[in-house]
Amino acid sequence: MSDVLSRRSVLTGAANVVGAAGLLGAPSRLWAQGAKPITVGFIYAATRNDYGWNQAHAVAARRIAQLPGVKLIEQERVPETAEVERVMESMIQLDGAKALFPTSFGFWPFIQKIAPKYPDVLFVHAGGLWKEGDPKNTIGYRGYMEEPHYLCGIAAAMMSKTGKLGFIGSKPLYFIFNNCNGFTLGARAVRPDATVQVVITGDWDNPVKEAETVNALVDQGVDVIVANVDSPKVAVETAERRGIMSCGYHTDLSALAPKGFLTGAEWNWAKGGDFVKAWQTGGTYPNLYRGGFRQEMVALSPFGKAVPQNVQDTVLKARQGFIDDTLKLYKGPLKDNKGTQVLAAGQEISNTDNGFKLNVKWLVEGAIGSTGLQ
Amino acid sequence: MRLPSDSVESLLLSLAALALAAILFGAFVALQGLDPLAVYWTLYLGAFGTRFSIESTLTQAAPLLLTALCTLIPARVGLLVIGGEGAVVLGGLGAVLAGTALAGVPASLGTILTIAAGALAGGLWIAAAGALKHWRGVNETIATLLMNYIAIALLNHLITGPIRDFSQTLKAQSWSIPSSFMIGNIPGWSVHWGLVIGVIACAALHILLRHTTLGFSFDVLGGNRRAAQMAGLPIGRLLLLACFLGGAGAGMAGAIEVVAVHGAASESLVIGLGYTGILIAFLARQNALAVIAVALLLGGISASGGLLQRRFDMPHAATTVLQGLIFLCVLASSALAGRLKPRRSVA
Repeated sequence: MSDVLSRRSVLTGAANVVGAAGLLGAPSRLWAQGAKPITVGFIYAATRNDYGWNQAHAVAARRIAQLPGVKLIEQERVPETAEVERVMESMIQLDGAKALFPTSFGFWPFIQKIAPKYPDVLFVHAGGLWKEGDPKNTIGYRGYMEEPHYLCGIAAAMMSKTGKLGFIGSKPLYFIFNNCNGFTLGARAVRPDATVQVVITGDWDNPVKEAETVNALVDQGVDVIVANVDSPKVAVETAERRGIMSCGYHTDLSALAPKGFLTGAEWNWAKGGDFVKAWQTGGTYPNLYRGGFRQEMVALSPFGKAVPQNVQDTVLKARQGFIDDTLKLYKGPLKDNKGTQVLAAGQEISNTDNGFKLNVKWLVEGAIGSTGLQ
Repeated sequence: MRLPSDSVESLLLSLAALALAAILFGAFVALQGLDPLAVYWTLYLGAFGTRFSIESTLTQAAPLLLTALCTLIPARVGLLVIGGEGAVVLGGLGAVLAGTALAGVPASLGTILTIAAGALAGGLWIAAAGALKHWRGVNETIATLLMNYIAIALLNHLITGPIRDFSQTLKAQSWSIPSSFMIGNIPGWSVHWGLVIGVIACAALHILLRHTTLGFSFDVLGGNRRAAQMAGLPIGRLLLLACFLGGAGAGMAGAIEVVAVHGAASESLVIGLGYTGILIAFLARQNALAVIAVALLLGGISASGGLLQRRFDMPHAATTVLQGLIFLCVLASSALAGRLKPRRSVA
């Protein structure tokens, strides 16, 4: 252990000579008073202009960079291999980074490995995977995206002519099912006969299949789609080309579909700025942070030109319901799409009941299609 | 293809090619509105400037030492093999299959057998291309290039089904080898033992090629096939052996990626190690000892890529551009080989 420590101090000294903005001098954050300068490193698995997951983080990075004393460094196209360990260490050793945001879900095991070695660095991971026993200088955070999907569902159903909506999912995973359920529940809240055609592609990123799926959905009469894939760019563009409407996912996609874009479900990863502030000033921070609109972890994209005021008002009213916690996403009576009762009349699930949401392996009534699980 | 045997000329040509590539890259950087000298200084810092940088460089270089051999050894007998990428994958798969099958075998023996299995798999893979060349006249360059895609498809098939570890939900990967088979780091360094294996392999190969009758036979065959036939050399056996040894090098690189880094086979094996190996073999002008220096240089360029991105907001592809320029300049300089001196002695 002492060997490791002495080597680290040598490295730290060397990095200082290199001129890492002199940030490495202060040995303990406990001495900090107010917002001392901090270098924050963002690591992306793909390009940060992907109109998807990575872009959502890059947008947040730019907002965090506005905070006092924050200097942003970024590296993209880092594979989910031991390579990310080297990139994290390189940011710490050569750039003096004191807070890291390795943004890909698959980076988590590598964070767990590196974090204990650098107790003076904060590691913030987008995934909500932190559990008791994991390093205290790591944070997992994630948004309840089913809430903005509920709002998208409202807009979609009110704008749809056919009442047929489409949901394209990547993997058969609980959060994709929750998003699909949110979309369907929102739609049926304003239009009880609306249906959502569900297709799970099986891949995080398969543009060809996504485009084919959009085309197939359009041919079946679907006139609004939302795509829960790594980058919904191709799906949204295909929808626009086919003359139907679309909702976004991850980040603001309005530029991709000037005519048919309604609104979109966005992450608010910039909430991570609170953790950076806490780390800078020696304040407290949660190790696990999940939330919806009330906790400011999710957001709604600006409305497209096509969306009239009454639709906007209805959507924003529902959003206020989530913020005030007067609107519950899952409430009885609720059946799944096989006719099984999930919640009895009067039963309500708290919007922050993560345990319930983790176990969602079914689609609500009105969603046509299967989860892809047996 | 036959590269000059005169080592001074080789060295001069390589250095000139490197210098030209550096100037061209500097111009590219300047066109982006950046200061080339500052970029080169950062490149140096990221590659060799601190102990951490040096460790990164060595870690990057370790597999490249071995993948370079996949092009280098067949080139000695006159074959242009570019199948290192596929042989790395096969090596990784061979290592996983052997490693999981050998669970229970004592640790160090298990490690050796696991790496050997990877080398064998990679060797047979490239030897197959050699056999196609020798008996069916199939162009080995095209064959090995296409075999890369077959190897990657095979990997994807195996890790998403037959040998998939279904407990890993985040990404598709194979079963893991026993953790006791994993090789650790060189004491005091954050660099795994694969580096030492690579250096030993290059040095041993240098002796084999320069100081044994087998190496001489390779050179005779590579220099003039007719003459080799006349001398009664076993052409087929030499071709196959050269391909096998080359493939074994890349296969060993794949196996070491498994036993030193990943513990399992996954898409993480397909990160261009084989393709960078081709570049190194060319730049080293088929000299096994020069491979060590060149691998360090290219390892350093890879290691500093992230720092360039962060300090100058350069695109990820910037270091690929530099590598590409080096490759082009080296290829161009090969045309000058043998013309720097008024007369070239006949080998």
